[in-house]
Amino acid sequence: MRQPSTGVQIAVHAGLFAFTAAAMYPVAWVVRMALTPSQAFAGGLIPIPTHPSLQNFVDVTSGLFVVQLANSLIVATATALVGLFMSTSAAYALSRFGFPGRERGIAVAMATQMFPQVVMAIPLYLMLDLLHLLDSLTGLVLVYAATSVPFATFTLKGWFDTLPKDLEEAALLDGATRLQTFLWIVLPLARPALAVTALFAFMQAWNEFALAATFLGDPRSFTLPVVLQRYVSDYGTEWGRFAAGAIVVSLPVMVLFFALQKQFVEGLTAGGVKG
Amino acid sequence: MPVIVALLAANASADEVVIWHSWRGDEKASLEQAAQTWADRTHNTVSLLDIPFGAFDSKVETAIPRGNGPDLFVAGHGNLGKWTAMGIVDPLPQAVPGQMPASTAAVTVDGKVWGAPLAVKSVVLLYDPTRVTVPPKTTDELFRQAHELQGDGYGVLVQVDQPYFHGPWMHAFGGALFDAQGRLSLDTDAQIQALAFARRLAVDEGVVPPQPTSELLTRLYREGQAPFVISGPWFVAELDRPIAAAPLPVVSEAGAHAKPFLTVDAAFVADQAKHPEAARDLAAFLAGTEGATIRQEVGRQAVSALDVTSDDPLLQVLAEQARTSVPLPTHPDVQSAFEAQARALRDVIRGAATPEAAAHAAQQYAAILSRPPPPPADPRPWMALLALLIPVAGYLGLRGSGGVGRLAERVVRHRWDYAWIAPAVIALSALVVAPLIAGATVSLFEHDEGHWSFVGAANFLNLLLARDFPVTSALSFWFKLVVTLVWTAANVALHVGLGIALALALREPWIRMRAGFRALLVIPWAVPNYITALVWKGMFHAQYGAVNAVLGALTLSDGPAHIDWFGSFLTAFTANLVTNTWLGFPFMMVVTLGALQGIPRELEEAAEVDGASWWFRFRHVVWPMLAPALLPAVVLGSVWTFNMFNVVFLVSQGEPNSTTEILVSEAYRWAFTRGNRYGLAAAYAVLVFAVLLIYTRFTDRLLADRTGRRPA
Repeated sequence: MRQPSTGVQIAVHAGLFAFTAAAMYPVAWVVRMALTPSQAFAGGLIPIPTHPSLQNFVDVTSGLFVVQLANSLIVATATALVGLFMSTSAAYALSRFGFPGRERGIAVAMATQMFPQVVMAIPLYLMLDLLHLLDSLTGLVLVYAATSVPFATFTLKGWFDTLPKDLEEAALLDGATRLQTFLWIVLPLARPALAVTALFAFMQAWNEFALAATFLGDPRSFTLPVVLQRYVSDYGTEWGRFAAGAIVVSLPVMVLFFALQKQFVEGLTAGGVKG
Repeated sequence: MPVIVALLAANASADEVVIWHSWRGDEKASLEQAAQTWADRTHNTVSLLDIPFGAFDSKVETAIPRGNGPDLFVAGHGNLGKWTAMGIVDPLPQAVPGQMPASTAAVTVDGKVWGAPLAVKSVVLLYDPTRVTVPPKTTDELFRQAHELQGDGYGVLVQVDQPYFHGPWMHAFGGALFDAQGRLSLDTDAQIQALAFARRLAVDEGVVPPQPTSELLTRLYREGQAPFVISGPWFVAELDRPIAAAPLPVVSEAGAHAKPFLTVDAAFVADQAKHPEAARDLAAFLAGTEGATIRQEVGRQAVSALDVTSDDPLLQVLAEQARTSVPLPTHPDVQSAFEAQARALRDVIRGAATPEAAAHAAQQYAAILSRPPPPPADPRPWMALLALLIPVAGYLGLRGSGGVGRLAERVVRHRWDYAWIAPAVIALSALVVAPLIAGATVSLFEHDEGHWSFVGAANFLNLLLARDFPVTSALSFWFKLVVTLVWTAANVALHVGLGIALALALREPWIRMRAGFRALLVIPWAVPNYITALVWKGMFHAQYGAVNAVLGALTLSDGPAHIDWFGSFLTAFTANLVTNTWLGFPFMMVVTLGALQGIPRELEEAAEVDGASWWFRFRHVVWPMLAPALLPAVVLGSVWTFNMFNVVFLVSQGEPNSTTEILVSEAYRWAFTRGNRYGLAAAYAVLVFAVLLIYTRFTDRLLADRTGRRPA
């Protein structure tokens, strides 16, 4: 493809740079507040701390922080794994098998995404109480994983639909079982879509606060967003610590983002191309 | 080994008393120490759980009725009226002796004492002792000193637009939220006079900063920009500047003392406590001399115990102020009264209404918010309808599957297929579908102070027929629906537009640092949105926000721009829109980048060779292939945006006058900040569901038309 003129190139670069700078501006404020010992909200034009200090990070990472970080990691990873386990097999079945109720099942699953979460917290609480899963990370993981199933199944089914069936049919003719075909032929080909759905489930569990705060009853089982939320109260926000906590919470997700970026771009859209 | 045995033995005989609270910092430490002292003395154990402030109420209200609550919980007395009606607190046999009369009054409802008062909190007059020599005794004197001392800064830092901070003036003029019979009284002469005083304080005197949020006030005081602050003990914590306290002055116009609201933090014995006896004992200990001394010394609390006095001047002033204060009402409609009064204050301060008009509007508004639930309905016709619906639904479900026999035969033939979907189906049914159905069913009921009644379709009819408010009112369902639709359309258009523009640029090989741009541009997506939404909220502050500062710099004006972002619907909506666009464009950008990879560039190159312009190539070559690939993401994105609670709730908070509220945030308001009308909230949720279902049906058809595929 021909390259556009230098003028156009410079203009596009300038536009991109300006937009990125604007998009990073709020992030710069978070960093500035995190590095400022004061707990007040900072204002003004330039987000550069006057007396930078790491005190907020020290405050935030003290106490039970390591345990709570571990909780968050365990919950988010387990959610991603359990969610993937449930949705890959379901998506594969929905894509390949012709059992009755298939179409309606997809419609119902997707429809659940549209119901506002606001009124579901109390019924969920009752359900977990019934299952004796309150106050346990297992209960939390199951709730998050179940919530992630519709979107994950939708994305994965879209991906499976695009995969040619010839390979599987050949394997089946050679005497492989459905399960073997699925595990050894289909799953490796679906890696980008698996990465996307896992990341979505992970992020959802990693950031969720309202249900976690309601279901968990022991500081040693709290996840990080619950801890972070304690810096916000009716009497004002401890902005420095809140911002430092925000950075600590965001880092793992960003690392995952960058690590999975390539799969991400592919995995998200393949589902859409053929839907 | 002997140690473990000893511990086990001790545990076997001792009670473990569980305490829930949301105190922070020194107060938390003092509670732990006091509770531990009691435990050591009585050979019991205690375990404390501090719960985020935002989750505290909903947690005690959900957990305690199910028997999962603590033995004791520490909270402000403001919700006591609701909690006694819900039956989640148990009364004490008698009042804890030796407490301030005001605090015992605060924890008394229906003639019974429900809690052990621990600490009293109210606003007082705080001042900078390096600048103020004699604190003023009257408001006229306060204004005089403020003018004299303010210089380039401000005279008085006070959240003048918040009902809680308006309390002192309201009470000085003889007003109250409720009259002696418990009826709303927001439009009395006293209320009008108090609103006029608020206007004078906030605007006419020119001593109070605009949009005085608590963060801003803390900052201004730290910078030494004001001599006076009207705030409470929470303001003093973590301040590295000297501060002194005095009782609130006499309001000169009223000739009476300013009387703030008094909040009493108390220890409440939870209903179904495992160890009620021990919990009562611990509550009495915490409130008594010994517990109060620890809380005063370690937690720097103004304690309710009369025999514990402090030589700390701030605590002395707080104790003195408690005598001239009015306990926060425990009336169940207090939140509605506050919401209405907040509107009146905003309108009066912004000059949008006279005090008379604002007071009358507030009275009407509060009456609407706190109107009684719909009358109970007869459930029998509904059960009959349900009995009828099940076979009809069954018939519709089976139609087209060629009869029950053939269906059963197909199911049996495919029985192993179901094993593949079983885990997902079981989890989804139990943890998503069942709570959803339960939540939706709540819309046929209504909740009022702990009592549920079946009301049939009344909640829906009230919303759809706009029975309670005119259709054009900001509270009407139709108004909210229009706002939500505009909100969704504007957001999705911006997300998609920006996403496509960025993706088109970032796929060009001649762009430098492509990976770097891409990495930076997904950050808004990676940071939890409840954090960035709060940051944006602060950036939109009229005077100190970064947004106005940037606009001022861009227009080369001297100093920041003066846009009152939350003052009008259009600007507040824009603030929400900017925030959510920032949050949402990375997703669309990534999706578009992926979709573009699937479009071969040869076609474009051929068009280019033929001399087609850039726009022509995009419009006729790229777009036809891009659009179908983006459609599912657009549908998903619009569903998410439609229900984007966090941004609206945290950025505009519905301001001005709840016009920028969308359907989900309105549902939240009815459920949690307007007297727990769970039924109405659930009706909102069901209607949101219905609207989205119609929308996705429509887009499914669109998708099917575009791709020649059958709709799912």
